[in-house]
Amino acid sequence: MENSLLQYSFILKGLLGAVFASITAGLAGTYIVSRKMVFLSGGISHASFGGIGLGFFAGINPIIGAAVFSIFSALGIEYLSVRQKIREDSAIGILWAFGMATGIIFIYLTPGYAPNLMSYLFGSILTVTTADIIALGIMSVILILYFGIFYRAILYISFDEDFARTYSPYVNVFKYLTTSLIALTIVLNIRMTGVVLVISLLTIPPNIAMLFTREYNKIVIWAIIAGFAGIITGYATSYFLGIPTGATIIFTLVILWIIVKTVIRFSSVRKINPGEKQ
Amino acid sequence: MPDWLVSMKSLSVAYNGKVVLSDINFTIRKNDFIGVIGPNGGGKTTLIKTILGIVHPFRGSIEFNEGIEASKLIGYLPQISTGDLNYPLTVKDVILSGLMIRKKLVSRMSETDRQKAEMVMSELGLSGLSSALLKDLSGGQQQRVFLGRAIIGDPGLLLLDEPGTFVDANFENDFYEKLRDLNRKMAILMVSHDIGTISAYIKSFACVNRTLHYHPSSEITNENLLAYGCPIQLVTHGDVPHTVLKIH
Repeated sequence: MENSLLQYSFILKGLLGAVFASITAGLAGTYIVSRKMVFLSGGISHASFGGIGLGFFAGINPIIGAAVFSIFSALGIEYLSVRQKIREDSAIGILWAFGMATGIIFIYLTPGYAPNLMSYLFGSILTVTTADIIALGIMSVILILYFGIFYRAILYISFDEDFARTYSPYVNVFKYLTTSLIALTIVLNIRMTGVVLVISLLTIPPNIAMLFTREYNKIVIWAIIAGFAGIITGYATSYFLGIPTGATIIFTLVILWIIVKTVIRFSSVRKINPGEKQ
Repeated sequence: MPDWLVSMKSLSVAYNGKVVLSDINFTIRKNDFIGVIGPNGGGKTTLIKTILGIVHPFRGSIEFNEGIEASKLIGYLPQISTGDLNYPLTVKDVILSGLMIRKKLVSRMSETDRQKAEMVMSELGLSGLSSALLKDLSGGQQQRVFLGRAIIGDPGLLLLDEPGTFVDANFENDFYEKLRDLNRKMAILMVSHDIGTISAYIKSFACVNRTLHYHPSSEITNENLLAYGCPIQLVTHGDVPHTVLKIH
Protein backbone atom coordinates (compact mmCIF):
# COMPACT_ATOMS: atom_id res chain seq x y z
CA MET A 1 0.00 0.00 0.00
CA GLU A 2 2.68 2.43 1.09
CA ASN A 3 4.85 1.27 -1.74
CA SER A 4 2.20 1.92 -4.39
CA LEU A 5 1.53 5.38 -2.92
CA LEU A 6 5.23 6.20 -3.20
CA GLN A 7 5.23 4.90 -6.71
CA TYR A 8 2.14 6.97 -7.50
CA SER A 9 3.75 10.20 -6.25
CA PHE A 10 6.93 9.37 -8.16
CA ILE A 11 4.98 8.90 -11.38
CA LEU A 12 2.93 12.05 -10.79
CA LYS A 13 6.10 14.07 -10.17
CA GLY A 14 7.67 12.68 -13.31
CA LEU A 15 4.57 13.39 -15.35
CA LEU A 16 4.19 16.98 -14.14
CA GLY A 17 7.91 17.54 -14.59
CA ALA A 18 7.67 16.32 -18.17
CA VAL A 19 4.69 18.59 -18.91
CA PHE A 20 6.34 21.72 -17.49
CA ALA A 21 9.80 20.94 -18.89
CA SER A 22 8.39 20.44 -22.39
CA ILE A 23 6.31 23.65 -22.22
CA THR A 24 9.18 25.83 -20.99
CA ALA A 25 11.76 24.18 -23.25
CA GLY A 26 9.45 24.39 -26.27
CA LEU A 27 8.72 28.10 -25.83
CA ALA A 28 12.27 29.13 -24.94
CA GLY A 29 13.83 26.67 -27.40
CA THR A 30 11.87 27.92 -30.42
CA TYR A 31 12.95 31.46 -29.56
CA ILE A 32 16.65 30.63 -29.28
CA VAL A 33 16.70 28.36 -32.34
CA SER A 34 14.93 30.97 -34.50
CA ARG A 35 17.21 33.74 -33.25
CA LYS A 36 20.30 31.53 -33.71
CA MET A 37 21.15 31.86 -30.00
CA VAL A 38 21.94 28.19 -29.36
CA PHE A 39 25.61 28.79 -28.57
CA LEU A 40 24.68 31.72 -26.31
CA SER A 41 22.28 29.46 -24.42
CA GLY A 42 24.95 26.77 -24.09
CA GLY A 43 27.18 29.42 -22.56
CA ILE A 44 24.48 30.49 -20.13
CA SER A 45 23.83 26.95 -18.92
CA HIS A 46 27.50 26.20 -18.31
CA ALA A 47 28.16 29.60 -16.73
CA SER A 48 25.40 28.82 -14.24
CA PHE A 49 27.54 26.00 -12.83
CA GLY A 50 29.52 28.72 -11.07
CA GLY A 51 26.34 29.60 -9.19
CA ILE A 52 25.73 25.97 -8.31
CA GLY A 53 29.22 25.75 -6.79
CA LEU A 54 28.68 28.99 -4.92
CA GLY A 55 25.38 27.64 -3.62
CA PHE A 56 27.07 24.52 -2.21
CA PHE A 57 29.83 26.64 -0.68
CA ALA A 58 27.51 29.21 0.91
CA GLY A 59 24.96 26.60 1.98
CA ILE A 60 22.09 28.05 -0.05
CA ASN A 61 19.99 26.31 -2.70
CA PRO A 62 22.35 25.79 -5.67
CA ILE A 63 19.53 26.57 -8.12
CA ILE A 64 19.23 30.08 -6.68
CA GLY A 65 22.97 30.57 -7.18
CA ALA A 66 22.66 29.20 -10.72
CA ALA A 67 19.76 31.56 -11.49
CA VAL A 68 21.79 34.59 -10.42
CA PHE A 69 24.85 33.48 -12.41
CA SER A 70 22.87 32.64 -15.54
CA ILE A 71 20.92 35.91 -15.65
CA PHE A 72 24.06 37.98 -15.12
CA SER A 73 26.00 36.08 -17.76
CA ALA A 74 23.10 36.30 -20.24
CA LEU A 75 22.70 40.04 -19.78
CA GLY A 76 26.48 40.47 -19.82
CA ILE A 77 26.81 38.70 -23.16
CA GLU A 78 23.92 40.65 -24.72
CA TYR A 79 25.33 43.92 -23.40
CA LEU A 80 28.90 43.24 -24.54
CA SER A 81 27.85 42.18 -28.02
CA VAL A 82 25.47 45.13 -28.44
CA ARG A 83 28.27 47.54 -27.48
CA GLN A 84 30.54 45.56 -29.81
CA LYS A 85 33.41 45.80 -27.39
CA ILE A 86 34.03 42.10 -27.88
CA ARG A 87 32.88 39.46 -30.36
CA GLU A 88 29.81 37.68 -29.09
CA ASP A 89 31.19 34.17 -29.57
CA SER A 90 34.36 35.09 -27.68
CA ALA A 91 32.33 36.57 -24.81
CA ILE A 92 30.34 33.33 -24.64
CA GLY A 93 33.49 31.20 -24.72
CA ILE A 94 34.99 33.14 -21.82
CA LEU A 95 31.88 33.06 -19.62
CA TRP A 96 31.22 29.39 -20.43
CA ALA A 97 34.56 28.21 -19.04
CA PHE A 98 34.71 30.85 -16.30
CA GLY A 99 31.44 29.59 -14.84
CA MET A 100 32.61 25.97 -14.89
CA ALA A 101 35.96 26.92 -13.31
CA THR A 102 34.29 28.96 -10.55
CA GLY A 103 31.92 26.11 -9.83
CA ILE A 104 34.71 23.54 -9.53
CA ILE A 105 36.76 25.79 -7.22
CA PHE A 106 33.80 26.47 -4.91
CA ILE A 107 32.87 22.80 -4.73
CA TYR A 108 36.49 21.90 -3.95
CA LEU A 109 36.50 24.50 -1.15
CA THR A 110 33.23 23.22 0.29
CA PRO A 111 33.99 21.04 3.31
CA GLY A 112 32.82 17.46 3.07
CA TYR A 113 31.03 15.77 0.24
CA ALA A 114 28.90 17.79 -2.22
CA PRO A 115 25.61 15.93 -2.33
CA ASN A 116 23.84 15.53 -5.65
CA LEU A 117 26.70 17.12 -7.57
CA MET A 118 26.27 14.57 -10.34
CA SER A 119 22.56 15.32 -10.54
CA TYR A 120 23.34 18.97 -11.28
CA LEU A 121 25.80 18.00 -13.99
CA PHE A 122 23.75 15.26 -15.63
CA GLY A 123 20.25 15.53 -14.15
CA SER A 124 18.29 12.98 -12.15
CA ILE A 125 14.57 12.53 -11.71
CA LEU A 126 15.18 10.91 -8.30
CA THR A 127 16.50 14.15 -6.82
CA VAL A 128 13.85 16.43 -8.33
CA THR A 129 11.89 17.92 -5.45
CA THR A 130 8.29 19.10 -5.28
CA ALA A 131 9.65 22.66 -5.06
CA ASP A 132 11.50 22.13 -8.37
CA ILE A 133 8.28 20.99 -10.03
CA ILE A 134 6.35 23.97 -8.64
CA ALA A 135 9.06 26.37 -9.86
CA LEU A 136 8.89 24.85 -13.35
CA GLY A 137 5.09 25.10 -13.25
CA ILE A 138 5.24 28.79 -12.36
CA MET A 139 7.81 29.33 -15.12
CA SER A 140 5.47 27.63 -17.61
CA VAL A 141 2.67 30.03 -16.70
CA ILE A 142 4.98 33.07 -16.92
CA LEU A 143 6.31 32.04 -20.34
CA ILE A 144 2.86 31.24 -21.74
CA LEU A 145 1.57 34.65 -20.60
CA TYR A 146 4.68 36.51 -21.80
CA PHE A 147 4.79 34.96 -25.26
CA GLY A 148 0.99 34.99 -25.52
CA ILE A 149 0.59 38.68 -24.71
CA PHE A 150 3.66 40.04 -26.50
CA TYR A 151 3.77 37.45 -29.30
CA ARG A 152 4.06 39.84 -32.23
CA ALA A 153 6.30 42.34 -30.47
CA ILE A 154 8.78 39.59 -29.55
CA LEU A 155 8.71 37.97 -33.00
CA TYR A 156 9.08 41.19 -34.94
CA ILE A 157 12.05 42.29 -32.84
CA SER A 158 13.75 38.93 -33.42
CA PHE A 159 13.02 39.12 -37.13
CA ASP A 160 14.18 42.67 -37.79
CA GLU A 161 15.55 44.57 -34.84
CA ASP A 162 16.47 47.69 -36.83
CA PHE A 163 12.97 48.02 -38.22
CA ALA A 164 11.46 47.46 -34.78
CA ARG A 165 13.48 50.39 -33.49
CA THR A 166 11.62 52.64 -35.92
CA TYR A 167 8.33 52.10 -34.09
CA SER A 168 9.23 50.98 -30.58
CA PRO A 169 11.52 52.48 -27.96
CA TYR A 170 11.29 49.20 -26.02
CA VAL A 171 13.43 46.96 -28.24
CA ASN A 172 16.24 46.62 -25.71
CA VAL A 173 13.83 46.12 -22.82
CA PHE A 174 12.25 43.21 -24.69
CA LYS A 175 15.60 41.71 -25.65
CA TYR A 176 16.97 41.79 -22.10
CA LEU A 177 13.71 40.60 -20.57
CA THR A 178 13.37 37.68 -22.98
CA THR A 179 17.00 36.67 -22.51
CA SER A 180 16.55 36.73 -18.72
CA LEU A 181 13.49 34.49 -18.98
CA ILE A 182 15.44 32.11 -21.23
CA ALA A 183 18.25 32.03 -18.67
CA LEU A 184 15.78 31.18 -15.88
CA THR A 185 14.17 28.50 -18.04
CA ILE A 186 17.57 26.92 -18.61
CA VAL A 187 18.38 26.92 -14.90
CA LEU A 188 15.06 25.36 -13.86
CA ASN A 189 15.48 22.64 -16.46
CA ILE A 190 18.97 21.83 -15.16
CA ARG A 191 17.20 19.70 -12.52
CA MET A 192 15.80 17.53 -15.31
CA THR A 193 18.82 16.97 -17.54
CA GLY A 194 21.79 18.68 -15.87
CA VAL A 195 24.06 21.55 -16.87
CA VAL A 196 25.79 19.62 -19.62
CA LEU A 197 22.68 18.35 -21.42
CA VAL A 198 20.03 21.05 -20.86
CA ILE A 199 20.83 22.91 -24.08
CA SER A 200 19.78 19.86 -26.09
CA LEU A 201 16.46 19.74 -24.26
CA LEU A 202 15.81 23.25 -25.64
CA THR A 203 17.19 22.83 -29.16
CA ILE A 204 16.20 19.31 -30.27
CA PRO A 205 12.38 19.65 -29.95
CA PRO A 206 12.10 22.80 -32.14
CA ASN A 207 14.41 21.17 -34.65
CA ILE A 208 12.13 18.13 -34.76
CA ALA A 209 9.15 20.47 -35.29
CA MET A 210 10.95 22.41 -38.02
CA LEU A 211 11.31 19.21 -40.03
CA PHE A 212 7.62 19.34 -40.91
CA THR A 213 6.27 22.79 -39.99
CA ARG A 214 7.47 26.29 -40.76
CA GLU A 215 5.44 28.89 -38.92
CA TYR A 216 6.65 30.09 -35.53
CA ASN A 217 3.49 29.35 -33.52
CA LYS A 218 3.17 25.86 -34.99
CA ILE A 219 6.85 25.17 -34.30
CA VAL A 220 6.25 26.03 -30.63
CA ILE A 221 3.29 23.66 -30.33
CA TRP A 222 5.02 20.75 -32.07
CA ALA A 223 8.23 21.38 -30.10
CA ILE A 224 6.24 21.03 -26.87
CA ILE A 225 4.62 17.79 -28.10
CA ALA A 226 7.96 16.37 -29.31
CA GLY A 227 9.67 17.40 -26.07
CA PHE A 228 6.96 15.74 -23.99
CA ALA A 229 7.16 12.53 -25.99
CA GLY A 230 10.95 12.46 -25.65
CA ILE A 231 10.98 13.18 -21.92
CA ILE A 232 8.31 10.61 -21.06
CA THR A 233 9.94 7.91 -23.17
CA GLY A 234 13.32 8.83 -21.70
CA TYR A 235 11.95 8.59 -18.14
CA ALA A 236 10.40 5.21 -18.69
CA THR A 237 13.47 3.82 -20.40
CA SER A 238 15.85 5.11 -17.74
CA TYR A 239 13.60 3.75 -14.99
CA PHE A 240 13.33 0.25 -16.40
CA LEU A 241 16.95 -0.01 -17.52
CA GLY A 242 18.37 1.79 -14.48
CA ILE A 243 20.40 4.28 -16.52
CA PRO A 244 20.75 8.10 -16.00
CA THR A 245 17.55 10.03 -16.78
CA GLY A 246 19.00 13.20 -18.36
CA ALA A 247 21.19 11.30 -20.77
CA THR A 248 18.36 8.94 -21.68
CA ILE A 249 16.00 11.87 -22.43
CA ILE A 250 18.50 13.52 -24.76
CA PHE A 251 19.31 10.18 -26.39
CA THR A 252 15.59 9.56 -26.95
CA LEU A 253 15.07 13.05 -28.44
CA VAL A 254 17.90 12.55 -30.92
CA ILE A 255 16.46 9.15 -31.91
CA LEU A 256 13.06 10.85 -32.35
CA TRP A 257 14.68 13.50 -34.58
CA ILE A 258 16.27 10.78 -36.73
CA ILE A 259 12.98 8.85 -36.99
CA VAL A 260 10.97 11.93 -38.01
CA LYS A 261 13.61 12.98 -40.52
CA THR A 262 13.68 9.50 -42.05
CA VAL A 263 9.88 9.24 -42.22
CA ILE A 264 9.63 12.65 -43.89
CA ARG A 265 12.35 11.80 -46.39
CA PHE A 266 10.61 8.58 -47.42
CA SER A 267 7.12 10.07 -47.52
CA SER A 268 8.26 13.06 -49.59
CA VAL A 269 10.06 10.74 -52.01
CA ARG A 270 6.79 8.91 -52.46
CA LYS A 271 4.97 12.18 -53.08
CA ILE A 272 7.44 13.34 -55.70
CA ASN A 273 7.70 10.06 -57.60
CA PRO A 274 4.17 9.86 -59.08
CA GLY A 275 4.59 13.37 -60.45
CA GLU A 276 7.87 12.46 -62.08
CA LYS A 277 6.37 9.45 -63.81
CA GLN A 278 3.68 11.46 -65.56
CA MET B 1 -3.45 74.21 -43.70
CA PRO B 2 0.28 74.37 -44.44
CA ASP B 3 1.44 71.64 -46.78
CA TRP B 4 4.62 70.58 -45.03
CA LEU B 5 5.07 67.24 -43.28
CA VAL B 6 8.51 67.41 -41.69
CA SER B 7 10.62 70.45 -41.05
CA MET B 8 14.26 70.53 -39.96
CA LYS B 9 15.79 73.73 -38.69
CA SER B 10 19.57 74.22 -38.19
CA LEU B 11 19.78 70.51 -37.50
CA SER B 12 23.13 68.87 -36.71
CA VAL B 13 23.67 65.19 -36.00
CA ALA B 14 26.77 63.44 -34.69
CA TYR B 15 27.51 59.74 -34.90
CA ASN B 16 30.26 58.18 -32.78
CA GLY B 17 31.55 61.62 -31.88
CA LYS B 18 31.78 62.74 -35.49
CA VAL B 19 29.49 65.37 -37.01
CA VAL B 20 27.69 63.65 -39.89
CA LEU B 21 25.04 66.24 -40.69
CA SER B 22 25.65 69.91 -40.12
CA ASP B 23 23.20 72.82 -40.04
CA ILE B 24 20.47 71.20 -42.14
CA ASN B 25 17.46 73.31 -43.09
CA PHE B 26 15.06 71.11 -44.94
CA THR B 27 11.32 70.82 -45.36
CA ILE B 28 9.52 67.79 -46.73
CA ARG B 29 6.26 68.79 -48.40
CA LYS B 30 3.13 66.76 -48.95
CA ASN B 31 3.25 64.72 -52.17
CA ASP B 32 6.87 65.56 -52.92
CA PHE B 33 9.05 62.80 -54.40
CA ILE B 34 12.59 63.57 -53.34
CA GLY B 35 15.63 61.74 -54.62
CA VAL B 36 18.47 61.92 -52.11
CA ILE B 37 21.91 61.66 -53.64
CA GLY B 38 25.41 62.13 -52.34
CA PRO B 39 28.64 60.26 -51.69
CA ASN B 40 28.94 57.24 -49.40
CA GLY B 41 29.36 58.32 -45.81
CA GLY B 42 27.85 61.70 -46.67
CA GLY B 43 25.00 61.23 -44.18
CA LYS B 44 22.14 59.97 -46.36
CA THR B 45 21.20 57.07 -44.08
CA THR B 46 21.69 59.26 -41.01
CA LEU B 47 19.16 61.69 -42.49
CA ILE B 48 16.64 58.84 -42.75
CA LYS B 49 17.41 57.67 -39.21
CA THR B 50 16.92 61.19 -37.92
CA ILE B 51 13.49 61.41 -39.53
CA LEU B 52 12.64 58.00 -38.04
CA GLY B 53 13.71 59.20 -34.59
CA ILE B 54 16.39 56.51 -34.18
CA VAL B 55 19.16 59.10 -33.93
CA HIS B 56 18.69 62.50 -32.35
CA PRO B 57 20.15 65.86 -33.34
CA PHE B 58 22.57 67.49 -30.91
CA ARG B 59 21.64 70.89 -32.25
CA GLY B 60 18.62 72.32 -34.05
CA SER B 61 15.20 70.72 -34.33
CA ILE B 62 13.03 68.37 -36.33
CA GLU B 63 9.28 68.96 -36.29
CA PHE B 64 6.34 67.01 -37.59
CA ASN B 65 3.22 68.83 -38.76
CA GLU B 66 0.58 68.15 -36.12
CA GLY B 67 -2.11 69.33 -38.50
CA ILE B 68 -1.52 66.42 -40.85
CA GLU B 69 -2.41 63.32 -38.92
CA ALA B 70 -0.31 61.01 -41.04
CA SER B 71 2.81 63.14 -40.84
CA LYS B 72 4.16 61.14 -37.90
CA LEU B 73 3.27 57.85 -39.57
CA ILE B 74 6.33 57.03 -41.57
CA GLY B 75 6.79 54.02 -43.82
CA TYR B 76 10.33 52.73 -44.06
CA LEU B 77 11.96 50.39 -46.57
CA PRO B 78 15.46 49.65 -45.26
CA GLN B 79 18.25 47.98 -47.16
CA ILE B 80 17.32 44.31 -47.35
CA SER B 81 20.06 43.14 -45.00
CA THR B 82 18.20 44.18 -41.83
CA GLY B 83 15.63 41.36 -41.80
CA ASP B 84 16.52 37.72 -41.08
CA LEU B 85 15.33 36.00 -44.26
CA ASN B 86 15.44 32.57 -42.59
CA TYR B 87 13.17 33.58 -39.72
CA PRO B 88 10.03 31.41 -39.52
CA LEU B 89 7.66 34.28 -40.26
CA THR B 90 5.13 34.27 -43.12
CA VAL B 91 4.86 36.95 -45.81
CA LYS B 92 1.55 38.09 -44.35
CA ASP B 93 3.01 38.43 -40.86
CA VAL B 94 5.96 40.43 -42.18
CA ILE B 95 3.58 42.84 -43.92
CA LEU B 96 1.40 43.08 -40.81
CA SER B 97 4.45 44.16 -38.80
CA GLY B 98 4.18 47.49 -40.61
CA LEU B 99 1.10 48.18 -38.48
CA MET B 100 3.05 47.97 -35.21
CA ILE B 101 3.62 51.72 -35.37
CA ARG B 102 -0.10 52.24 -34.77
CA LYS B 103 -0.37 49.53 -32.14
CA LYS B 104 0.52 49.30 -28.53
CA LEU B 105 2.87 46.61 -27.26
CA VAL B 106 0.03 44.19 -26.68
CA SER B 107 -0.87 43.76 -30.27
CA ARG B 108 -3.57 41.57 -31.68
CA MET B 109 -4.16 41.88 -35.39
CA SER B 110 -7.85 42.38 -36.20
CA GLU B 111 -9.76 40.97 -39.12
CA THR B 112 -9.60 44.43 -40.73
CA ASP B 113 -5.81 44.37 -40.40
CA ARG B 114 -5.63 40.99 -42.09
CA GLN B 115 -7.87 42.14 -44.93
CA LYS B 116 -5.71 45.22 -45.33
CA ALA B 117 -2.64 42.96 -45.59
CA GLU B 118 -4.36 40.90 -48.30
CA MET B 119 -5.19 44.11 -50.15
CA VAL B 120 -1.60 45.34 -50.03
CA MET B 121 -0.41 41.94 -51.19
CA SER B 122 -2.67 41.88 -54.23
CA GLU B 123 -1.70 45.47 -54.99
CA LEU B 124 1.96 44.43 -55.05
CA GLY B 125 1.45 41.21 -56.99
CA LEU B 126 1.99 38.96 -53.99
CA SER B 127 -1.44 37.29 -53.90
CA GLY B 128 -1.33 33.63 -52.98
CA LEU B 129 1.95 34.00 -51.12
CA SER B 130 0.51 34.92 -47.72
CA SER B 131 1.77 31.80 -45.97
CA ALA B 132 5.07 31.58 -47.85
CA LEU B 133 8.31 32.30 -46.02
CA LEU B 134 10.73 34.99 -47.22
CA LYS B 135 13.40 32.44 -48.06
CA ASP B 136 11.06 30.87 -50.64
CA LEU B 137 10.74 34.13 -52.59
CA SER B 138 12.86 35.77 -55.25
CA GLY B 139 14.79 38.95 -54.46
CA GLY B 140 12.20 41.08 -56.23
CA GLN B 141 9.35 39.47 -54.31
CA GLN B 142 11.16 39.94 -51.02
CA GLN B 143 11.58 43.61 -51.84
CA ARG B 144 7.86 43.92 -52.51
CA VAL B 145 7.12 42.27 -49.16
CA PHE B 146 9.25 44.91 -47.43
CA LEU B 147 7.56 47.62 -49.47
CA GLY B 148 4.22 46.17 -48.34
CA ARG B 149 5.36 46.38 -44.74
CA ALA B 150 6.26 50.04 -45.30
CA ILE B 151 2.93 51.09 -46.84
CA ILE B 152 0.33 48.99 -45.00
CA GLY B 153 -0.09 51.71 -42.37
CA ASP B 154 -0.95 54.38 -45.01
CA PRO B 155 1.96 56.60 -44.00
CA GLY B 156 2.19 60.27 -44.90
CA LEU B 157 5.84 59.82 -45.77
CA LEU B 158 7.63 56.85 -47.28
CA LEU B 159 11.40 56.56 -46.75
CA LEU B 160 13.39 54.27 -49.04
CA ASP B 161 17.04 53.51 -48.43
CA GLU B 162 18.81 52.35 -51.61
CA PRO B 163 15.94 50.26 -52.98
CA GLY B 164 17.97 49.79 -56.16
CA THR B 165 20.62 47.67 -54.44
CA PHE B 166 18.46 44.58 -54.31
CA VAL B 167 15.99 45.34 -57.04
CA ASP B 168 15.16 42.61 -59.47
CA ALA B 169 16.18 43.86 -62.93
CA ASN B 170 12.91 42.55 -64.42
CA PHE B 171 10.89 44.31 -61.80
CA GLU B 172 12.81 47.56 -61.62
CA ASN B 173 10.50 49.59 -63.85
CA ASP B 174 7.39 48.12 -62.21
CA PHE B 175 8.85 49.05 -58.86
CA TYR B 176 9.40 52.70 -59.75
CA GLU B 177 5.97 52.86 -61.45
CA LYS B 178 4.50 51.51 -58.22
CA LEU B 179 6.26 54.29 -56.32
CA ARG B 180 4.78 56.82 -58.71
CA ASP B 181 1.29 55.46 -57.89
CA LEU B 182 2.03 55.62 -54.18
CA ASN B 183 3.24 59.19 -54.54
CA ARG B 184 -0.38 60.24 -55.19
CA LYS B 185 -1.13 59.30 -51.59
CA MET B 186 2.14 59.98 -49.78
CA ALA B 187 5.37 61.92 -49.95
CA ILE B 188 8.42 59.84 -50.84
CA LEU B 189 12.05 60.36 -49.91
CA MET B 190 14.36 57.93 -51.64
CA VAL B 191 18.11 57.50 -51.16
CA SER B 192 19.67 56.16 -54.33
CA HIS B 193 22.92 55.76 -56.18
CA ASP B 194 21.17 55.20 -59.45
CA ILE B 195 20.46 58.81 -60.28
CA GLY B 196 19.96 58.09 -63.94
CA THR B 197 17.01 55.77 -63.37
CA ILE B 198 15.33 57.73 -60.62
CA SER B 199 15.56 61.09 -62.36
CA ALA B 200 12.63 60.04 -64.52
CA TYR B 201 10.43 59.54 -61.45
CA ILE B 202 11.43 62.09 -58.85
CA LYS B 203 10.01 65.61 -58.51
CA SER B 204 12.95 67.13 -56.70
CA PHE B 205 16.29 66.11 -55.34
CA ALA B 206 18.51 66.78 -52.39
CA CYS B 207 22.25 66.40 -52.29
CA VAL B 208 23.54 65.28 -48.90
CA ASN B 209 27.21 65.60 -48.14
CA ARG B 210 27.41 66.69 -44.48
CA THR B 211 25.26 69.63 -45.58
CA LEU B 212 22.04 69.38 -47.54
CA HIS B 213 21.10 71.21 -50.70
CA TYR B 214 17.54 70.90 -51.91
CA HIS B 215 16.70 71.45 -55.54
CA PRO B 216 12.98 71.73 -56.27
CA SER B 217 13.16 70.19 -59.73
CA SER B 218 14.06 66.77 -61.05
CA GLU B 219 16.62 68.13 -63.48
CA ILE B 220 19.97 66.99 -62.25
CA THR B 221 22.66 68.81 -64.18
CA ASN B 222 26.39 69.17 -63.90
CA GLU B 223 25.94 72.79 -62.98
CA ASN B 224 23.73 72.37 -59.98
CA LEU B 225 25.68 69.40 -58.66
CA LEU B 226 28.82 71.48 -59.01
CA ALA B 227 27.20 74.40 -57.23
CA TYR B 228 26.23 72.10 -54.33
CA GLY B 229 29.66 70.57 -54.02
CA CYS B 230 28.18 67.14 -54.61
CA PRO B 231 31.08 64.90 -55.54
CA ILE B 232 29.28 62.15 -57.37
CA GLN B 233 29.38 60.71 -60.82
CA LEU B 234 26.34 61.42 -62.86
CA VAL B 235 25.60 58.68 -65.36
CA THR B 236 22.28 58.60 -67.12
CA HIS B 237 20.79 56.05 -69.44
CA GLY B 238 18.21 55.97 -72.17
CA ASP B 239 16.84 59.14 -73.67
CA VAL B 240 18.48 61.44 -71.16
CA PRO B 241 21.77 62.84 -72.43
CA HIS B 242 24.69 60.91 -71.01
CA THR B 243 26.81 62.93 -68.64
CA VAL B 244 29.73 62.03 -66.43
CA LEU B 245 30.75 64.33 -63.67
CA LYS B 246 34.02 64.14 -61.80
CA ILE B 247 34.63 66.34 -58.81
CA HIS B 248 36.72 65.25 -55.87
